[in-house]
Amino acid sequence: MVEFWEGYALPTIMIVAQIMVIVGPLLIAVAYLTLAERKVIGAMQLRKGPNVVGPFGALQPFADAVKLMMKETILPSGSNKIIFIMAPMLTFILSLVAWAVIPFGEGLVVSDINVGILYLFAISSLGVYGVIMAGWASNSKYPFIGALRSAAQMVSYEVSMGLVIITVLLCVGSLNLSDIVMAQKGDYGLLNWYAFPLLPMFVIFFISILAETNRSPFDLPEGESEIVAGFMVEYSSMSFALFFLGEYANMILMSAMAAILFLGGWLPPLDIAPLNWIPGPVWFSLKIAMVLFCFLWVRATFPRFRYDQLMRLGWKVFLPFSLLWVFLTAGVLISFDLLPVAQ
Amino acid sequence: MIIQALVFYLFAAVAIASAVMVISSKNPVHSVLFLILCFFNAAGLFVLMGAEFLAMILVVVYVGAVAVLFLFVVMMLDINIERARQGFKQYLLIGGSIGLVLFLELVLILSSSFTAPDVVATAAVPIPDMDSVHNTRALGQVLYTKYAYLFQACGLILLVAMVGAIVLTLRQRDGVRKQVISDQINRSREESVEIKKVSSGSGI
Repeated sequence: MVEFWEGYALPTIMIVAQIMVIVGPLLIAVAYLTLAERKVIGAMQLRKGPNVVGPFGALQPFADAVKLMMKETILPSGSNKIIFIMAPMLTFILSLVAWAVIPFGEGLVVSDINVGILYLFAISSLGVYGVIMAGWASNSKYPFIGALRSAAQMVSYEVSMGLVIITVLLCVGSLNLSDIVMAQKGDYGLLNWYAFPLLPMFVIFFISILAETNRSPFDLPEGESEIVAGFMVEYSSMSFALFFLGEYANMILMSAMAAILFLGGWLPPLDIAPLNWIPGPVWFSLKIAMVLFCFLWVRATFPRFRYDQLMRLGWKVFLPFSLLWVFLTAGVLISFDLLPVAQ
Repeated sequence: MIIQALVFYLFAAVAIASAVMVISSKNPVHSVLFLILCFFNAAGLFVLMGAEFLAMILVVVYVGAVAVLFLFVVMMLDINIERARQGFKQYLLIGGSIGLVLFLELVLILSSSFTAPDVVATAAVPIPDMDSVHNTRALGQVLYTKYAYLFQACGLILLVAMVGAIVLTLRQRDGVRKQVISDQINRSREESVEIKKVSSGSGI
């Protein structure tokens, strides 16, 4: 009995507790990201944004959630019911499971696996299924066009994203996310972060994650002015809310990935007294918030890409350039004998 | 230990069940989705064997890219399942015999009693201890040293396949007006806009 308790029950309880500790704040962050988006874009367009529900509109996300839950869930009669219901669930689940490997601080991670970055890449490349399944199961024109666009777009941008990750891995010499962060620790504080030596790759990575999360200016799968709302046309109530939550949770996840790969994860910008008193998770969240702000900034600034321009950018600009940069980085690392030492 | 065995049987059972569903389900889109489930469970089995790199690559390559394109194509096909089933009995003999031959060949290869001992010796590369070297590093050390030329050859074959696919599908059409981005960017204000003073009551 004692063996069962210590061997199986206790670890299970611990893992469930850790999951709760991550998912709870994450969902609150998602709720406030929707508010932040409306506030930031409002400020950029010289409007006020939501300011009625609660002080400064702080309760607006909860009002929205209640409104969505009150609505009727509609299952179109021509749809493929099982897949139609599965699609939003899949999107939402995938946006949560990836957090298992994200290190919030030194040793603060649910599962510190060897191939953490590959796991993240795998999970983010699965995100397309939620969209395709939704588009196909709706059995309707606009969702289907949205799904086709999304499939082509996400596969295209994954390629350059993979090459960007390879460039970073060349400099780190490990696939473990904690190792990637620790490799950016050095004497020069924030100049050691890969965002500076690999600046072009950081730019490509940021643009690719915009495309990967279907955010503006690459939001063609849901482009409301051409295909209504793309793959989400037939969804209502909670199934729509799950897509919505999944999209925003994915944005936060991708920002966390950018923070880990390029902005030094939980490391303080300078390793001096007042800055390194602040705990790592706080720095990490600040960096995530900074990348998220850029997401919103881009949305308020740029018009949507045309579809052929999107493909051209992905295949004819990013792919050759990131390939070139992989060669360049590898060449520099070898010729100056900077390759990371094997542990 | 018993938990590991249970998890193994769970992955194995779901993998086989979904593999059966791939060939037996009526709707081709469902088939592809079951295929994805099958890949996932295979990845789970890899993780159980301590080959986490292979598991992740399986998910990234097959589930994340190949199956997406499968689904992409299958969704757009208008397959009449009744018509496809018509010749079932005719082809049963051929299909069944091909399957049987493949199965027998697999059995022959996998049961080591049929392989010559010296072949076994060359095939088995000394696997480093899992505690000392990650399997990503171990794979890289074998692949880029011992099998470097074979690895390059695989890459060349894939390149040929890619070029072939492009050559087969590329159609040159006349009269297509293509967008030349550099021309657009290089336009100056002088050659595109002209400001004229128009006095009222008269045209240009």
